[in-house]
Amino acid sequence: MRIKFFPFFLILLFFIIFFIFYKGLQNSNIYTPNIKLEVDVPYFEIKIFDTDKMINSDKIFETDKFYIVNIWASWCIPCKEEHPFLMSLSEYKNLEMVGLNYKDNSAGAKNFLKEFDNPYKTILADTDGTVAIEWGAYGVPETFLIYKKKIIKRIIGPLNKDSTLEIKRLLK
Amino acid sequence: MKFLRYFIILFLILNSSLLNAQNIDLKNKITKNLRCLICQGQSVYDSDSEFANSLKTLVEKKLQEGNSEKDIYDFLKEKYGEWILYDPEFNENTYFLWILPILLFIFGGAILFKLFIIKKN
Repeated sequence: MRIKFFPFFLILLFFIIFFIFYKGLQNSNIYTPNIKLEVDVPYFEIKIFDTDKMINSDKIFETDKFYIVNIWASWCIPCKEEHPFLMSLSEYKNLEMVGLNYKDNSAGAKNFLKEFDNPYKTILADTDGTVAIEWGAYGVPETFLIYKKKIIKRIIGPLNKDSTLEIKRLLK
Repeated sequence: MKFLRYFIILFLILNSSLLNAQNIDLKNKITKNLRCLICQGQSVYDSDSEFANSLKTLVEKKLQEGNSEKDIYDFLKEKYGEWILYDPEFNENTYFLWILPILLFIFGGAILFKLFIIKKN
Protein backbone atom coordinates (compact mmCIF):
# COMPACT_ATOMS: atom_id res chain seq x y z
CA MET A 1 0.00 0.00 0.00
CA ARG A 2 2.78 2.39 1.00
CA ILE A 3 4.75 1.61 -2.15
CA LYS A 4 1.85 2.48 -4.40
CA PHE A 5 1.17 5.81 -2.73
CA PHE A 6 4.36 7.52 -3.89
CA PRO A 7 4.00 7.05 -7.71
CA PHE A 8 0.34 7.97 -7.41
CA PHE A 9 1.32 11.17 -5.60
CA LEU A 10 3.93 11.98 -8.25
CA ILE A 11 1.44 11.54 -11.08
CA LEU A 12 -1.09 13.69 -9.26
CA LEU A 13 1.53 16.39 -8.69
CA PHE A 14 2.48 16.24 -12.36
CA PHE A 15 -1.13 16.74 -13.41
CA ILE A 16 -1.63 19.62 -10.99
CA ILE A 17 1.47 21.39 -12.29
CA PHE A 18 0.51 20.61 -15.90
CA PHE A 19 -2.94 22.08 -15.29
CA ILE A 20 -1.54 25.29 -13.74
CA PHE A 21 0.89 25.85 -16.62
CA TYR A 22 -1.69 24.94 -19.24
CA LYS A 23 -4.08 27.49 -17.77
CA GLY A 24 -1.25 30.02 -17.68
CA LEU A 25 -0.60 29.53 -21.39
CA GLN A 26 -4.04 30.85 -22.18
CA ASN A 27 -3.53 34.08 -20.23
CA SER A 28 -2.72 37.15 -22.25
CA ASN A 29 0.90 38.23 -21.96
CA ILE A 30 0.07 41.80 -22.84
CA TYR A 31 0.08 43.92 -19.73
CA THR A 32 -3.06 45.92 -19.19
CA PRO A 33 -2.70 48.46 -16.43
CA ASN A 34 -5.19 48.70 -13.60
CA ILE A 35 -6.66 52.14 -13.91
CA LYS A 36 -7.37 53.63 -10.53
CA LEU A 37 -9.98 56.35 -10.68
CA GLU A 38 -11.17 58.93 -8.16
CA VAL A 39 -7.53 59.50 -7.23
CA ASP A 40 -6.35 62.94 -6.16
CA VAL A 41 -4.41 64.98 -8.65
CA PRO A 42 -0.68 64.65 -7.80
CA TYR A 43 1.15 67.66 -6.45
CA PHE A 44 3.92 68.97 -8.70
CA GLU A 45 5.72 72.11 -9.69
CA ILE A 46 6.43 72.72 -13.33
CA LYS A 47 7.63 75.30 -15.81
CA ILE A 48 5.02 76.94 -18.03
CA PHE A 49 5.82 76.23 -21.67
CA ASP A 50 7.95 78.86 -23.40
CA THR A 51 8.40 80.98 -20.25
CA ASP A 52 10.60 80.86 -17.16
CA LYS A 53 7.63 80.97 -14.84
CA MET A 54 6.93 78.08 -12.49
CA ILE A 55 3.47 76.98 -11.47
CA ASN A 56 2.19 74.32 -9.08
CA SER A 57 -0.70 71.92 -9.45
CA ASP A 58 -2.82 73.64 -6.78
CA LYS A 59 -2.77 76.79 -8.85
CA ILE A 60 -3.53 74.97 -12.13
CA PHE A 61 -6.60 73.14 -10.83
CA GLU A 62 -7.91 75.86 -8.51
CA THR A 63 -11.41 76.31 -9.99
CA ASP A 64 -14.35 73.91 -9.87
CA LYS A 65 -14.34 73.45 -13.64
CA PHE A 66 -13.55 70.23 -15.45
CA TYR A 67 -9.95 69.92 -16.59
CA ILE A 68 -8.36 67.85 -19.29
CA VAL A 69 -4.68 67.08 -18.86
CA ASN A 70 -3.31 65.83 -22.15
CA ILE A 71 0.24 64.53 -22.36
CA TRP A 72 1.55 65.23 -25.84
CA ALA A 73 4.71 65.83 -27.87
CA SER A 74 5.38 67.09 -31.35
CA TRP A 75 7.40 63.93 -32.14
CA CYS A 76 4.49 61.68 -31.25
CA ILE A 77 2.54 60.46 -34.27
CA PRO A 78 -0.63 59.32 -32.45
CA CYS A 79 -0.85 62.85 -30.97
CA LYS A 80 -1.59 64.12 -34.47
CA GLU A 81 -4.38 61.57 -34.80
CA GLU A 82 -6.09 62.66 -31.62
CA HIS A 83 -5.66 66.38 -32.23
CA PRO A 84 -9.07 66.96 -33.90
CA PHE A 85 -10.75 65.38 -30.85
CA LEU A 86 -8.87 67.71 -28.52
CA MET A 87 -9.93 70.66 -30.68
CA SER A 88 -13.56 69.60 -30.41
CA LEU A 89 -13.23 69.34 -26.61
CA SER A 90 -11.67 72.78 -26.36
CA GLU A 91 -14.99 74.33 -27.40
CA TYR A 92 -16.61 73.40 -24.08
CA LYS A 93 -16.97 76.36 -21.73
CA ASN A 94 -16.91 74.32 -18.51
CA LEU A 95 -13.69 72.57 -19.49
CA GLU A 96 -10.16 73.86 -19.28
CA MET A 97 -7.53 72.19 -21.42
CA VAL A 98 -4.07 71.69 -19.97
CA GLY A 99 -1.33 70.33 -22.21
CA LEU A 100 1.68 68.59 -20.71
CA ASN A 101 4.39 68.85 -23.33
CA TYR A 102 6.45 65.68 -22.80
CA LYS A 103 10.21 65.64 -23.52
CA ASP A 104 9.89 67.95 -26.46
CA ASN A 105 11.89 70.80 -27.86
CA SER A 106 10.28 74.18 -27.77
CA ALA A 107 10.56 74.90 -31.51
CA GLY A 108 9.05 71.55 -32.50
CA ALA A 109 6.14 72.01 -30.10
CA LYS A 110 5.46 75.54 -31.38
CA ASN A 111 5.47 74.34 -34.98
CA PHE A 112 3.07 71.54 -34.07
CA LEU A 113 0.61 74.00 -32.51
CA LYS A 114 0.97 76.39 -35.43
CA GLU A 115 0.25 73.65 -37.93
CA PHE A 116 -2.63 71.93 -36.11
CA ASP A 117 -3.96 74.79 -33.93
CA ASN A 118 -3.76 75.10 -30.17
CA PRO A 119 -6.50 73.44 -28.09
CA TYR A 120 -4.81 74.18 -24.75
CA LYS A 121 -5.38 77.05 -22.36
CA THR A 122 -2.26 76.25 -20.39
CA ILE A 123 0.78 74.37 -21.63
CA LEU A 124 3.29 72.93 -19.20
CA ALA A 125 6.78 71.84 -20.12
CA ASP A 126 7.79 68.42 -18.75
CA THR A 127 11.31 68.47 -20.14
CA ASP A 128 12.64 65.37 -18.38
CA GLY A 129 9.42 63.35 -18.19
CA THR A 130 9.33 63.20 -14.39
CA VAL A 131 6.02 65.05 -14.02
CA ALA A 132 4.37 62.47 -16.30
CA ILE A 133 5.61 59.81 -13.85
CA GLU A 134 3.89 61.74 -11.01
CA TRP A 135 0.68 61.21 -12.98
CA GLY A 136 1.46 57.51 -13.34
CA ALA A 137 1.57 57.94 -17.11
CA TYR A 138 2.98 55.33 -19.49
CA GLY A 139 3.88 57.62 -22.36
CA VAL A 140 2.40 59.89 -24.96
CA PRO A 141 -0.42 60.51 -25.64
CA GLU A 142 -2.39 60.09 -22.47
CA THR A 143 -5.42 62.03 -21.26
CA PHE A 144 -6.87 62.63 -17.81
CA LEU A 145 -10.25 64.17 -17.02
CA ILE A 146 -10.23 66.00 -13.71
CA TYR A 147 -13.06 67.31 -11.61
CA LYS A 148 -12.67 68.84 -8.14
CA LYS A 149 -8.99 67.83 -8.09
CA LYS A 150 -9.82 64.17 -8.67
CA ILE A 151 -9.02 62.11 -11.76
CA ILE A 152 -12.40 60.86 -12.96
CA LYS A 153 -11.39 59.41 -16.31
CA ARG A 154 -8.15 58.30 -17.86
CA ILE A 155 -7.40 57.36 -21.44
CA ILE A 156 -4.10 55.65 -22.22
CA GLY A 157 -3.18 56.18 -25.86
CA PRO A 158 -4.79 58.53 -28.35
CA LEU A 159 -8.34 59.81 -27.95
CA ASN A 160 -10.84 58.37 -30.38
CA LYS A 161 -14.46 58.97 -31.26
CA ASP A 162 -15.80 56.80 -28.45
CA SER A 163 -13.58 58.10 -25.67
CA THR A 164 -14.25 61.70 -26.73
CA LEU A 165 -18.01 61.06 -26.68
CA GLU A 166 -17.68 59.58 -23.21
CA ILE A 167 -15.82 62.65 -21.99
CA LYS A 168 -18.45 64.91 -23.53
CA ARG A 169 -21.16 62.91 -21.78
CA LEU A 170 -19.38 63.42 -18.46
CA LEU A 171 -19.12 67.15 -19.10
CA LYS A 172 -22.88 67.58 -19.31
CA MET B 1 48.01 75.28 7.70
CA LYS B 2 48.31 75.18 3.93
CA PHE B 3 48.64 71.43 4.07
CA LEU B 4 45.48 71.21 6.16
CA ARG B 5 43.58 73.33 3.67
CA TYR B 6 44.66 71.12 0.75
CA PHE B 7 43.80 68.09 2.78
CA ILE B 8 40.28 69.36 3.50
CA ILE B 9 39.70 70.23 -0.17
CA LEU B 10 40.95 66.83 -1.28
CA PHE B 11 38.83 65.13 1.37
CA LEU B 12 35.70 66.98 0.23
CA ILE B 13 36.29 66.15 -3.44
CA LEU B 14 36.92 62.49 -2.71
CA ASN B 15 33.99 62.32 -0.34
CA SER B 16 31.56 63.85 -2.81
CA SER B 17 32.66 61.55 -5.62
CA LEU B 18 32.37 58.59 -3.27
CA LEU B 19 28.86 59.70 -2.36
CA ASN B 20 28.04 60.08 -6.05
CA ALA B 21 29.36 56.62 -6.79
CA GLN B 22 27.23 55.19 -3.99
CA ASN B 23 24.19 56.96 -5.43
CA ILE B 24 24.90 55.61 -8.91
CA ASP B 25 25.23 52.08 -7.53
CA LEU B 26 21.96 52.44 -5.66
CA LYS B 27 20.27 53.95 -8.71
CA ASN B 28 21.38 50.99 -10.82
CA LYS B 29 20.21 48.56 -8.17
CA ILE B 30 16.78 50.21 -8.00
CA THR B 31 16.30 50.52 -11.75
CA LYS B 32 17.27 46.86 -12.18
CA ASN B 33 14.39 45.95 -9.88
CA LEU B 34 11.87 48.10 -11.81
CA ARG B 35 9.93 46.64 -14.69
CA CYS B 36 9.77 48.75 -17.83
CA LEU B 37 6.00 48.71 -18.22
CA ILE B 38 5.93 49.47 -21.91
CA CYS B 39 8.71 47.09 -22.98
CA GLN B 40 8.52 43.32 -23.06
CA GLY B 41 10.68 41.55 -20.52
CA GLN B 42 13.09 44.41 -19.87
CA SER B 43 13.98 46.22 -16.70
CA VAL B 44 14.10 49.99 -16.56
CA TYR B 45 17.89 49.69 -16.28
CA ASP B 46 18.13 47.73 -19.56
CA SER B 47 15.60 49.74 -21.53
CA ASP B 48 16.24 52.90 -23.48
CA SER B 49 12.58 53.82 -23.98
CA GLU B 50 11.31 57.28 -23.07
CA PHE B 51 9.39 55.81 -20.16
CA ALA B 52 12.46 54.05 -18.77
CA ASN B 53 14.67 57.10 -19.23
CA SER B 54 12.16 59.28 -17.36
CA LEU B 55 12.08 56.75 -14.54
CA LYS B 56 15.88 56.72 -14.37
CA THR B 57 15.88 60.52 -14.07
CA LEU B 58 13.19 60.37 -11.41
CA VAL B 59 15.08 57.77 -9.35
CA GLU B 60 18.21 59.92 -9.55
CA LYS B 61 16.29 63.01 -8.44
CA LYS B 62 14.63 61.18 -5.56
CA LEU B 63 18.00 59.84 -4.37
CA GLN B 64 19.49 63.32 -4.48
CA GLU B 65 16.55 64.56 -2.42
CA GLY B 66 17.54 62.00 0.21
CA ASN B 67 14.80 59.42 -0.36
CA SER B 68 15.60 55.83 0.56
CA GLU B 69 15.27 52.82 -1.72
CA LYS B 70 12.03 51.83 0.03
CA ASP B 71 10.60 55.35 -0.35
CA ILE B 72 11.16 55.16 -4.11
CA TYR B 73 9.58 51.71 -4.38
CA ASP B 74 6.59 52.87 -2.33
CA PHE B 75 6.17 55.97 -4.46
CA LEU B 76 6.24 54.01 -7.72
CA LYS B 77 4.01 51.28 -6.33
CA GLU B 78 1.43 53.91 -5.52
CA LYS B 79 1.61 55.31 -9.05
CA TYR B 80 1.86 52.12 -11.11
CA GLY B 81 0.90 49.27 -8.78
CA GLU B 82 3.04 46.42 -7.50
CA TRP B 83 3.61 45.10 -11.03
CA ILE B 84 6.38 47.66 -11.51
CA LEU B 85 8.57 45.81 -8.97
CA TYR B 86 10.40 42.69 -10.12
CA ASP B 87 10.75 41.48 -6.57
CA PRO B 88 7.22 40.58 -5.51
CA GLU B 89 6.29 41.48 -1.96
CA PHE B 90 4.95 39.02 0.61
CA ASN B 91 1.18 39.53 0.69
CA GLU B 92 -2.04 37.56 0.23
CA ASN B 93 -1.48 37.30 -3.54
CA THR B 94 2.04 35.94 -3.23
CA TYR B 95 1.85 33.61 -0.21
CA PHE B 96 1.83 30.58 -2.49
CA LEU B 97 4.75 31.89 -4.53
CA TRP B 98 6.97 32.49 -1.52
CA ILE B 99 5.99 29.48 0.56
CA LEU B 100 6.00 26.80 -2.17
CA PRO B 101 9.81 26.51 -2.53
CA ILE B 102 10.17 26.22 1.25
CA LEU B 103 7.48 23.55 1.36
CA LEU B 104 9.13 21.65 -1.50
CA PHE B 105 12.48 21.89 0.25
CA ILE B 106 11.08 20.56 3.53
CA PHE B 107 9.10 17.84 1.77
CA GLY B 108 12.05 16.77 -0.38
CA GLY B 109 14.32 16.85 2.65
CA ALA B 110 11.91 14.65 4.57
CA ILE B 111 11.84 12.10 1.73
CA LEU B 112 15.63 12.02 1.52
CA PHE B 113 15.91 11.78 5.29
CA LYS B 114 13.50 8.88 5.31
CA LEU B 115 15.20 7.11 2.42
CA PHE B 116 18.81 7.39 3.50
CA ILE B 117 19.06 8.06 7.21
CA ILE B 118 16.20 6.02 8.61
CA LYS B 119 16.80 3.10 6.26
CA LYS B 120 20.50 3.04 7.16
CA ASN B 121 19.68 2.80 10.80
